[in-house]
Parts: sequence; C-alpha cells; structure tokens
Amino acid sequence: MVLINSSLKEQVQLLSKIATNDGHSENSPYFEAWKAYDSDPYHSITNPQGVIQMGLAENQLSFDVIKDWIVHNQSASICTSEGVDKFTDIAIYQDYHGLPKFRNATARFMEKVRGDKVTFDPDRIVMSGGATGAHEMMAFCLADPGDAFLVPTPYYPGFDRDLKWRTGVQLVPVICESYNNFRITRTALETAYQQAGSSKTKVKGLLITNPSNPLGTILDRATLEDLVSFINEKSIHLVCDEIYAGTVFKMPEFISIAEIIEEDIKCNRDLVHIVYSLSKDMGFPGFRIGIVYSYNDNVVNCARKMSSFGLVSTQTQHLIAAMLSDEIFVEKFIMENRERLGSRHEMFTQGLAQVGIGNLNGNGGLFLWMDLRKLLKQPTFEAEMELWKSVINNVKLSISPGSSFHCSEPGWFRVCLANMDDETTKVALQRIKKFALQTLGALEVKPKKLSCQRSLKLSLSFQTRDGIMMSPHMSPHSPSSTIA
Amino acid sequence: MQQMLSRKASFNFHGEDSPYFLGWKEYEKNSYHEVHNPSGIIQMGLAENQLSIDLLESWLAKNASVTHFKEDRGGSSLPLSSSLFRELALFQDYHGLPAFKKELAELMEEIRGSKVRFDPNKLVLTAGATAANETLMFCLAEPGEAFLIPTPYYPGFDRDVKWRTEVELVSIHCSSLNHFRLTKHALEEAYQRAQKQKLKVKGVLITNPSNPLGTTMSKDELNHLLDFVISKKIHIVSDEIYSGTVFDSPSFISITQALLNHKKVHAGNDISKRIHIVYSLSKDLGLPGFRVGMIYSENEAIISAATKMSSFGLVSSQTQFLLSNILSEKNFRKLYMKENQKRLKKRHEMMVSGLENAGISCLKSNAGLFCWVDMRHLLRSNTFEAEMELWEKIIFEVKLNISPGSSCHCTEPGWFRICFANMSTETLNVALQRIKTFAVGICEDRINYQQALCSSKKSSFNKWLLHPLSLWRNHQDHESKYR
Repeated sequence: MVLINSSLKEQVQLLSKIATNDGHSENSPYFEAWKAYDSDPYHSITNPQGVIQMGLAENQLSFDVIKDWIVHNQSASICTSEGVDKFTDIAIYQDYHGLPKFRNATARFMEKVRGDKVTFDPDRIVMSGGATGAHEMMAFCLADPGDAFLVPTPYYPGFDRDLKWRTGVQLVPVICESYNNFRITRTALETAYQQAGSSKTKVKGLLITNPSNPLGTILDRATLEDLVSFINEKSIHLVCDEIYAGTVFKMPEFISIAEIIEEDIKCNRDLVHIVYSLSKDMGFPGFRIGIVYSYNDNVVNCARKMSSFGLVSTQTQHLIAAMLSDEIFVEKFIMENRERLGSRHEMFTQGLAQVGIGNLNGNGGLFLWMDLRKLLKQPTFEAEMELWKSVINNVKLSISPGSSFHCSEPGWFRVCLANMDDETTKVALQRIKKFALQTLGALEVKPKKLSCQRSLKLSLSFQTRDGIMMSPHMSPHSPSSTIA
Repeated sequence: MQQMLSRKASFNFHGEDSPYFLGWKEYEKNSYHEVHNPSGIIQMGLAENQLSIDLLESWLAKNASVTHFKEDRGGSSLPLSSSLFRELALFQDYHGLPAFKKELAELMEEIRGSKVRFDPNKLVLTAGATAANETLMFCLAEPGEAFLIPTPYYPGFDRDVKWRTEVELVSIHCSSLNHFRLTKHALEEAYQRAQKQKLKVKGVLITNPSNPLGTTMSKDELNHLLDFVISKKIHIVSDEIYSGTVFDSPSFISITQALLNHKKVHAGNDISKRIHIVYSLSKDLGLPGFRVGMIYSENEAIISAATKMSSFGLVSSQTQFLLSNILSEKNFRKLYMKENQKRLKKRHEMMVSGLENAGISCLKSNAGLFCWVDMRHLLRSNTFEAEMELWEKIIFEVKLNISPGSSCHCTEPGWFRICFANMSTETLNVALQRIKTFAVGICEDRINYQQALCSSKKSSFNKWLLHPLSLWRNHQDHESKYR
C-alpha cells in the first residue's frame, strides 16, 4: 500500500499543480449533467426515453438559413471546385492579425447585431480560441496571479476555468438577488470590492455578461452607466462578454457597452474591453471564432501577440469573411434568428406557466432562468441538488442547477431551449409539466397561474453571505448553512 | 496606463523585440516581388514549406465533392448535406474528431518508418505547436521552474515556453567544434548552472530534427539524453515538428524509437511516462494557417490535463474534417511525403551549392526548411556586435531577411539561419546571387585593405608585418574558404 501511495505521489509531483488540481472545474454539476446526457442521449426514434439535453447553450435554430447561403456561395469554401484555387494562399497565411477581410466582416457584423448604433474598428479586432480563449487572454493581459475580477452572480461556470485556472487570477462574486430580478446594484458592487480589499486582494476588473448567461436578461442603460462610473472611480477594467448580443429577440433593445462608451466622453476608454464569439449568435461553436475587442491600444497589442496561442483557422476566417460580408444575408439571418428564438422562448414559457412554473422575465440568450423554488423540499442547496438529480434521473432532462452558476439562492435552474427541434421541445415540456404537477402534488402546494414578472423578497438567513463569498468553488452543499 | 495591465502584458516577455521578428517587420515594409518590387527584401527568415502544397491543392480539386460538406454516395455528389455542416458547426468536443486523430496517428507512424505505434487516444489536438508547447509547460512545471534546452534554439520558444507560464529556460551550450551536438558534459553543465541559480529543473526540451540546425539527433545524443533524464527523473519534451522534412541520411530517430532501443529501459522504469512529443502540420504539410498542432504522451494524467486545456485553443472542426479527408488516402500520404522530401533535398542542394559559390559554408544537414550558415569569416570581429552589424547590412543593403544566430541563442557569433523552402526557385536564385555579390565584395574589400596596409607598412622596415609571400598565403586562405 505504501509503495502504491508513494508512486502515486511521485506521479503527482511530476506534474504541475495546475495539471493535477480541480481548476478545470469539470467536477461541477454543470458538466456532470452533460455526462448524464452522453451516456443516455434522447432520440425521438431510437431512444425516446433517453435524457434530453437542456444543459448546453447552443443555437441550432437557423442552420437552414446558413446552409442556403453556403449552397449559393460555393467559392467561400476552399474545399469546392469554385473555391479550391484559394487553398494555397489561405493555408499558408499565419499572420496573427488575421485576414483583413475577416476582421472587416466581423466588425461589420458586430455593428449590425447592435442595430448599427455603434462602430467597430477592424484594427482593434483580435482573434482567440473561442470566447474561452478570449477570456483567459484578457485575464493574462489585465491581471497578475492573485489579483481578482469581480463577477456578478449567477455567472457562467466556465469562467471558473477560463479566468482562474492557468492564470492564478481570482473571482470575487457580486451577489445579485431575485428580489430585484438579479439586477447588479451599486451596493453589491461596493460590498464585493470592499471584501476583496479586506482580504488584501487587488481587484483589477469587473466582468459582466450582457445579455446575461444564465439569466437571459439584458442590462438597462442606467445599470450600464453605473457600471462605467464604478470602474472609472475604482480605476479598474470592464470586460463585457457580449457573446449573446445577437440573441435578443424582443424589446427592450440590446444596449452594448460600445454604445455607452461612444456617448460618454468622461469614460476612460482604456479600461473597456469586449469579448465576442460566433458560437452563440450564429451557432458555430465548432469553428472556434473568438474575438477580443479592446479600446486600449496596449491591450490590443499584447492580446494580438497572445493570440498566437489560439488563432482562428484561416479556412474558417475565409468562410466567415465571405459570409458576413454579404449584408443581405446578414440582415436576413439576424432577423430570422431573433424571430425563431422568440417563438421558442414563448413556447416554453407558456408551457411552464400552465403548471405554475415561472421564470425570470428575459429577452435574450438561448435559455430560461427557471424558478423551481416551490418544488424544493426545503429552501437549501441540498434540496436543490436532490431536485436536480431527480430531474436528471427520473424526468430525464439535463438541466443546470443554479448553484453551479454560483447563484446565492437555491431553486433556480437554467434550461436551454435552442439546441433542439420543436418536437423534442414539446416532449421536454411535457416531461417538465408532468414532473411539476407530481412534485407539487406531493408537496401539497396548489399550482397557480403566475404572471411572468415575479418579484419576491428572499430571506438569506439560512445561509451566511460570508459562506458564499469565501468559497470560490461553489460546491453543491452550502459551506456554512446555519438554518435549514 | 502600463501599470494597469499585468506584468506579462507590460514587458517584452513575448520576445517579439528580438531580431528574429524585427527582420520580418522590415520585410513587411518592403517585400520582394519579382515584377512589382524586384529590389525588395526577400524573406528568408520564415520557415515555411511551400514546395509541395500544389500536391494538396490538386488532391483537393479532384476530391472536392467529398470534402465540402457533401456526402458522396456512390460517385454522384448530392447537394449540400445540412446534417454534416450542422454536425461540424456544433462539434466542439475537445477530444477531437476521431477520424482525424486516427489519420494523424498513422501519419506519425509512417514518418517514423512504422517503427513505433501511436494510439489516437493519446493524442491531444491544439491550436498549432505554439499552443502545444505552452500547454505542456503548464502541465509539467510551476512558475519559476526550468527546462533545459540545447542552443541554438527556435526563438519562438521564449514566448511559447516562458511568457505566460513563467517557466525558465536554461541553455545547454552546444558548440560548432562538434557540430552543435548534444553532449553529456553540456547537459550536466547546464543542470549544475540551473542549480546554482536555484532553479528546479523539470525537464529537457529538444527539437528533433533541430530548428535552426536542420540536423537529426544521433543515436548517441538520444542515449545521452535518456541517461540524463532517467538519472535526474525529469521529463523530455521532444518537438518533432520537422520529422517529415528529413530528406537525407541519417534517417530520423524519434525519441520513442530511441527509448525502445535504450539499454536502461526496463519494467520498473517509468521514463515512458515522462516523454512527450509535440507535432504539427505546419511544416511537413505546409499548412500553418490551419493551426493544427498536437501533443502525444503515454502519461494519462498529462493527456487528461492537456485535453481540458485544449479548450483554450481547439482546432476548427471544419479544418479537422477537411484534413481527415486529405490524409485518409494512405497512398496519397506516402506519395506526398516522398515527393516533399525529394523537393526539399533538391532545394537544399541548390542552397548549399549557391552558398559555396559565395565562399560560404553551412553545417551539414539532412532535414528542416533552412540551412545553418557559417558567416563567421564575414564578421568584422568575433563578437555579437559584429554579427548584428552584418545582419543589418544583409537586411538593408543585401535586402535579405535572414535570422542571426544570437536570436536563436547561439553562443558563438557569426551563424545565421537561412530558409529555402518558402519561395520559388527563381527567387532563391536571386537571393543566392545577392549573397554571392555581397560576400565576394566583403572579401575583396578585405584583400584591398590588407594590400593597402601592407604597402603603407612597407615604407617602414621596422613596421613591415607582411612578407609578400605571407600576403600571397593570406590570399590563398581566402580563396580556400570559397570552395
């Protein structure tokens, strides 16, 4: 036994701490749920009892629009007889500035997605290995090991890996609560900033996702202006992940940080950076198109050099450049995409409302922030985990528990709805409805029709805030719950 | 504003202020074109393989129906298969496309004469060898720890291995006296030097075939290296990115092969878990734009960690699909590799003889896309300042972008890396002509100078240093260098 242990210890010592710790965050329930799907995937014909994947924020609703474009634009691909004469030039091009036409087309697309209300300079566009690579790159550029970024909760679990794992940077949560629809308040920002200070952690920036993952909401103008004044006061960076900018399907209109910057001459632009990608708006996660857009020349220069670690394949740059330069196609796609997302969203929210399940009123993203608090046996994270396991194992839906997003209140779940066809959506809805009714019945709670706009005051007495703040890896079990 | 950014962003750890990259920038400002800019700078600092890409392009032209998101069913190509496009667009599994990894593993085996086996499940795809090397460092070393590396080495390692990882590189000094071969003594000396600097050595990073030398490591060198890492219990990272460019004997011996033949390897020795290979399609296949790199390791913990890290730089799924098709035909693969090597050999010969005509010799090499050229005799003095002077002359007057040995951390001034596979034959001829004119010019100037010196000293008997016979002998020495 001793021999085995010492050899294992030797093995572990041979590798770095990064290679052997849990910094990759894959032990989170967020990823666990994916595994449940992988081992028993739903198929309408071959496996109708299988697990339906609702934990993966993918946009599969508008592929036919893209396919149609590709069929009519064969030369955009270097693999067709029309396009193969470009093969050599494309294959040997490794300049980390990227193909100029790619940067131009991407900048233009970003403008269109924002309703042409802003302008983007193609020379400020830096490529990265997806938004995943972009976030890590920003952390490397803006912070040293031990420094911190503030992040409003709930937030995308991948940030724990992207911003922290190899960089040594910390994340300090800015607690947002359901009583005001998870808005980011100045109080919450100041509290987080002070708490970082009191543990002698240097805050280098604030990271926001707008539209929000997992909330599916957008930030209003007042909040955005407040964030800009906060970061200017503290002289910290603002990194805005706008990866879902093109998924806003109904009013109010999306307001990009770029709009605020262009209007506000007092803001120090050197502090503002945007992360973008085509993985969500267009549904191309496989093509690894990540973008860093910075208003800071030094950051652009540094990020460009770092982009060597994750450039976009020139084959992909070439295809995307052609596609996004077609303004007629782009307008059609943006419109069609929004309509379909809107319909899917409505289908789902109405279906849930029929059994008294509400969700945060959102108008963007590829998911709903579903409120299952009344299905919990107790308002605890243990109960949330129990409910989650039941949904996976009995209802056969892979959804993501709020705790994996560092939500401060149990009972919220993210449910993705754009990665399946209409029939599968109906099946999923049926399963949720059935489960909800059964569970509510068991809990002896009468279902009632709720309006989509909920505002609840939630008591946090069962959990100390310190407990949440001090635990960077939000375990499913509340670290220091005092009252059940 | 500088202090608002991280330390990594604020200093030049990226290494891009090195002459290696500065030369590229000069080239970009004034690029040679045989028609539009015939007196521009010729790029000879970029190790790209453009000699055989026509083979890939013509394969693709013949097989386009298969590769462009269409499914070829029985010879007739159907309209665009939306399910295939959709599958690729959505495919972001960091394990990579199984078909692609299978082809890559087979390619790697073939390059090694099928003497070793590669398991596709132990391959991790990365965004180029740049990302592969950085990822391995993140997995194997803590910030502040070190890897030993033989000099001269590829300047990009200063960025890839050190910048964001904060790992140190400690040079293993290799000397022209024994053709820059790796010796036991040099390994030990480097290790001791690292210890004196209180640096914990985690491994040795080799590039085999070597960049910039263009040589393959011998059996003895590999055995010395294996002895060394076994005794120190450290890792080997073997960057074998040029393994498919070996165009002459001796044949390539991969680190895995060397391990199989090593006398000290036995069941209890876990050295096989400490050997990691980096590869890429950027050099052998000449596809740097597609960003296809990979790590191969028998160490499961490394594979697991590196796979997760590859999320930061995955290979585009459409590129994986395209290349898995191109590489799927075994016959084509073999044909390509053979023809590629033939063309490289021919180009290499042209380069070596062209330089000889200019009185310039190279290190004898059998691989790579460049020559390691000896210009020591053209230096004003045996110093790196003189090397920089010469390099600047070559960029600005001769209009050739070549890489000075100091940028490759060579310990002896006067060596330059000159690439030969990234241009047409005509352009190479122009470049060789320019080198010849320049080199002959320098030597003639020297002869004239010495003659002038000689005649001025002749007037004073006490100061007469050169006998006419000695002068003749000096002239003969110059002549012999031109052969």
